[in-house]
Amino acid sequence: MSQVKIAAGMGAGEMVVSKVRKGFGVGPLRKEVLCDCSFTLERGRLTVLVGPSGCGKTTLVNALAGYETPDQGTVTIDGKPVHGPGPDRLVVFQETALFPWMTTFENVSYGPRVQRATSDDEISRQTMKLLEVVGLEDFKDKYPAQLSGGMQRRAELVRAMINQPKVMFMDEPFRGLDAMTRSLMQEYYVRLFEEHRGTNLFVTSELEEAIFLADRLVLLTNRPARVKRIIEVCLERPRQFHMLTSRAYLDCKREALELLHEEAMKSFAAGAVNAADFLEACSKMGQDQAQPRTTSCGQDR
Amino acid sequence: MATATATIQGVNWIRLRKKVLSRTTCRGIVSLVGFVVLWEICVRLNVPIIGNVPAPSSVLDALGKQLVSPAYWLSWRDSMIRILTGFVAAQIVGIPIGLMLGVNRMARDTIYPIFEIMRPIPPLAWVPASVIFWPTPELSMIFVTFLGAFFTVVLNIVGGAKSIDIRYIRAAHSLGSTRRDIFWRIMLPATMPSIVVGMTVGMGVTWAVVVAAEMIASQSGLGYLTWRSYVAGEYPVIIIGMLSIGVAGYLSSAGIRVLAGRLTPWLKVR
Repeated sequence: MSQVKIAAGMGAGEMVVSKVRKGFGVGPLRKEVLCDCSFTLERGRLTVLVGPSGCGKTTLVNALAGYETPDQGTVTIDGKPVHGPGPDRLVVFQETALFPWMTTFENVSYGPRVQRATSDDEISRQTMKLLEVVGLEDFKDKYPAQLSGGMQRRAELVRAMINQPKVMFMDEPFRGLDAMTRSLMQEYYVRLFEEHRGTNLFVTSELEEAIFLADRLVLLTNRPARVKRIIEVCLERPRQFHMLTSRAYLDCKREALELLHEEAMKSFAAGAVNAADFLEACSKMGQDQAQPRTTSCGQDR
Repeated sequence: MATATATIQGVNWIRLRKKVLSRTTCRGIVSLVGFVVLWEICVRLNVPIIGNVPAPSSVLDALGKQLVSPAYWLSWRDSMIRILTGFVAAQIVGIPIGLMLGVNRMARDTIYPIFEIMRPIPPLAWVPASVIFWPTPELSMIFVTFLGAFFTVVLNIVGGAKSIDIRYIRAAHSLGSTRRDIFWRIMLPATMPSIVVGMTVGMGVTWAVVVAAEMIASQSGLGYLTWRSYVAGEYPVIIIGMLSIGVAGYLSSAGIRVLAGRLTPWLKVR
């Protein structure tokens, strides 16, 4: 069905999101979060969702995972509509959602244990195999609190992978890691993906991370979020860090940056009335740098 | 070979002494001894107010007699039985109710108001009523003890269950859990820290309640011992009663701590 190399890993399902609309609240307090979002998560490809922070990326992931039902529009996986959460679509959350009361081993084997599809021996064999893949076999009896940030993310990655999900959602999974660990985790994750070629959706607000990982970028607008543009990333695989200085990367980044910058400015301006004044002041300063900043106060005139 | 062993033993001895007689321990001992000496001096000099308290020497004297008296140990036994019965009953009844109220919104909406009204009533205010509606004073005292721990336990668990991180529930759902799995593998362990806090606080309340209840409505127990000594004018025994209650409270808390470590092993490792 899917080209998975080891028994447990990432599957390659196809998800189609069409005209999804979602808002919260009623009456005048209603806030639209998603507005006519349409895109496809193509089989065996890594799609990255990028957008300004607070634009509704997590809401979109929740709708895809089945935690929330869209007000309008449909989400299908391999042609079947999505109803509620299930082990065919797994989320790796922002920060860690490893169960603090379970050891690494218990966390990773949780899915198969509650699905009760295979024998205990088989489950523990699979778990150990995956723990070895991510280098956590010596930490199997430790609790999440005893693991470093990077180890927690790796444990969470395999906790999802052991269920062979058709699609994996990574909701800003490397947020909160230090820069060094973060780039290591990116490299780690991209290797894992390149080995398995499952369908992945990766959510981030960092463009550099997005392009380094992605086959396609889905750029979202400000709230209410709609799809601004879909960009195909023309970098070869396996991805290497030196590609971050290549021509193709820079072209891609420029295109995305222009679009995102526009959105970020809008969001910034929408955030506060002062911000609009600030933007105006910025543009004035650009035109006439010699002018002292106090002029905007009006006193000098 | 012999010298090596000696050295190792020497090192161990020094390390042991350092551990047992650390600076903190030494200071603690000095302070305690100083306190007792000061107390003794104050009583001998007949300092106002403190002079009325029995001197440590007379307390020590009385302690010798108490420790060999079966009546003293019977007081321990009776108080302990009341504490344990009341406390265990409060856990057995309180934990399921707390979990149910925490998990089930409808149950919370209907039953929680009753708790809101009952909670501010101090357990001791229940003594007269419970003496009336329980057939024996013993049962009424156990009931009051039970109440002391019960509300603490329930309220803590409801708070804990309500504040479970939604991501755990979502992750568990995604991974294919049934409702049963969610309860037993996620809700229960996630609330366990609150259950433990409820137990710890509940144990403290239980001792406070049982001592007062024994003074009011009983013919036995450490609280009764303290009160009777006052009535009988055996003042040094009052102090022994007080210290015994302190020791008993400390021992029960230590027991709860051991239990807590077993119930929430993941919190120990931080």
